[in-house]
Amino acid sequence: MSQHDHDAHSHGSVSSYVVGFVLSVILTVIPFWAVMTSAFDRATLFAIIVVTAVVQIVVHLKYFLHLNFTKEGKIDTLSFIFTAIVIVMVVALSVWIIYESVLMMMY
Amino acid sequence: MNLLGKLSWDAIPYDPIVLGTLAVVAVGGAALFVFMTLAKKWGWLWREWLTSVDHKRLGIMYIILAFVMLIRGFADAIMMRTQLAVATNGSEGYLPPHHYDQIFTAHGVIMIIFMAMPFMIGLMNIILPLQIGARDVAFPFLNNLSFWLAVSGALLVNISLGLGEFAMTGWVAYPPLSGLEFSPGVGVDYYIWALQISGIGTTLTGVNFLVTVLKMRAPGMKLMDMPIFTWTCTWANVLIVASFPILTAALAMLTLDRYLDFHFFTNDLGGNSMMYINLFWAWGHPEVYILVLPAFGIFSEIVSTFTGKRLFGYKSMVYASGAISILGFIVWLHHFFTMGASANVNAFFGIMTMIIAIPTGVKLFNWLFTMYKGRVRLEVPMLWTLGFMVIFSIGGMTGVLLAVPGADYVLHNSLFLIAHFHNTIIGGAVFGYLAGFAFWFPKAMGFHLDPKYGKISFWCWTIGFLLAFMPLYVLGFLGMTRRLNHTDNPDWNIWLYIAAVGAFVIAIGIAAQFIQLFLGFKNKDKNLDKTGDPWNGHTLEWSLASPPQFYNFAKLPQVEDIDAFTDMKEKGTAYQRHESYAPIHMPSNTNAGPIMGLLATAMGFALIWHIWWLAGASFIGLIVAFICRAYASNTDYYVQPDEVARIENEHLDNVAKG
Repeated sequence: MSQHDHDAHSHGSVSSYVVGFVLSVILTVIPFWAVMTSAFDRATLFAIIVVTAVVQIVVHLKYFLHLNFTKEGKIDTLSFIFTAIVIVMVVALSVWIIYESVLMMMY
Repeated sequence: MNLLGKLSWDAIPYDPIVLGTLAVVAVGGAALFVFMTLAKKWGWLWREWLTSVDHKRLGIMYIILAFVMLIRGFADAIMMRTQLAVATNGSEGYLPPHHYDQIFTAHGVIMIIFMAMPFMIGLMNIILPLQIGARDVAFPFLNNLSFWLAVSGALLVNISLGLGEFAMTGWVAYPPLSGLEFSPGVGVDYYIWALQISGIGTTLTGVNFLVTVLKMRAPGMKLMDMPIFTWTCTWANVLIVASFPILTAALAMLTLDRYLDFHFFTNDLGGNSMMYINLFWAWGHPEVYILVLPAFGIFSEIVSTFTGKRLFGYKSMVYASGAISILGFIVWLHHFFTMGASANVNAFFGIMTMIIAIPTGVKLFNWLFTMYKGRVRLEVPMLWTLGFMVIFSIGGMTGVLLAVPGADYVLHNSLFLIAHFHNTIIGGAVFGYLAGFAFWFPKAMGFHLDPKYGKISFWCWTIGFLLAFMPLYVLGFLGMTRRLNHTDNPDWNIWLYIAAVGAFVIAIGIAAQFIQLFLGFKNKDKNLDKTGDPWNGHTLEWSLASPPQFYNFAKLPQVEDIDAFTDMKEKGTAYQRHESYAPIHMPSNTNAGPIMGLLATAMGFALIWHIWWLAGASFIGLIVAFICRAYASNTDYYVQPDEVARIENEHLDNVAKG
């Protein structure tokens, strides 16, 4: 198809997919192991899960969704960041607003 | 099973005002139909306009839609003002609450969604691609579809006048009032589907113009070389893309509540109506910046053109618009300070709101410094700009006042608020669009508006606005709340009378708008704009003929300056004759847009009246029409060089003569 000829974006190589896959497995195993050993208290466990989850999101974005800061890839990355910021602003502020409203109405 | 759902003869409202209006519309529509048929113009209308993917023609159709809906929305306004002037001292007036509540809801919805938005998008459509030296928008078919979705929503609102009723909830349609329990009729359903369908069209427009600006700028034009109107529209489009999906989602949830017994916003079973209020304004506040930012851009272009100077502080203008966009996205709670969130929440949103005054102030000073030591030509667009600077400043200051949560607890839902937002939306957005209308009319149509009636319109709007809305500030302080049907307080009477007089002065201003159009058209031969540059303009749209060649630019211009056309005129590179032209690749007109718009209208209508077979059939029709369009092969053509050369030479000969 002709429109695909213009599409010069890199869609990754086998090795980059393997790297992404291995990293994802490691980042999944760590929290799983942390829960299974029951050696950590709740707060630490929570922190481990959140940190590995966020790192894994970045791994997925880089290796599977091919977001990068090259000249061609920049616009995708920027629109992704824009979307993320908008969602975080709307969701976070809404949660705050409703949480505080409920708090006031209970008493 | 009933094939017509809830629809029956009872749906026609037996109200003398409504029936009178319907009679006028029927007679006018029949006259138009007969005229078009006798003149054999239907085929021409369909081929040249309704199916057009030309951004300039779509823009003109958007503005026609805006003017039609302005008449409808203003009729509502004048009925409300006369009702309130008559219904004093305990008198009932002539509009019963059932009708009056529909009128103030329709007035708000129509003026924001079907007057201001089409006007703004229309001006953006005509001018933005020309300013960046593009031949069309990035997705011409999508542009046509967006227009038809807007028309579809407008049609639904107007159908509600003669079939059934419109929402009686106010334009915000808060649940639980807008839920099934308290609004069992079709009014809220009309509201939902009109906003939903046109809102999706607006989202598509936002995406379309963002891609256009990012991908289709003329060679050499960096982002920071874009004309200021293009920049402010771009910020508005960023806000559209960020905020309209919130409206779509909120309306979808309200739809599920009303149609499928969901409980997102109900009082029982875990619903929370506060979330609707929150989501509505998370869209609603950015929406007013979507309206006003392009107007700021229009004023910037006009101030710079009519003082014969470069715009003072171009960069600060771009950054101020960006700051307004970002801040405008995180202030929505100030619409419901009184909902009962904590002091911390109210303080955060109150402070964010007040901070917006800073970038807005930057803009105002930039306009003043642009005029400083300039030679101001007091043409009609410049008059609107000066009027805006005074009126909008008042509106901005009352806004800062309302941003103080403590003050808002006193003023919330009072007429002070009504005065404030009309002060900013009329004084800011509407004045901006009317200024842009007068400024770019010769560009779009090839002849000038009648300047005398343009000035009359400006003065009537300004004086009428002050008469109609300054009393509302007073009434707000005197304790009058919004959406009252009749009053019984002698202290308020005089102010209500003055406000009603103001509404009639504005009516003269609107009439003068149409007279300037009529006289401009009547004396077309005298008012022709042959050079394409009637105001000694600064940006690329003025380098083209009026109306512009349908392919816009025969050769894409090389841009080296913000005021690209001024730069070309100074360097002597403007109006160059070329020896040869390359064929120009153009999109073909398509009937998919109007067909899909019609199907969307049918689907909305069927869903409103619970005519399920029609809803299903028209939805499938929509999908099929879209797939057919997606597989269509004859979507483009080439304009041949000899035709380009002929059109270009004609324009350049006209320039040489002028």
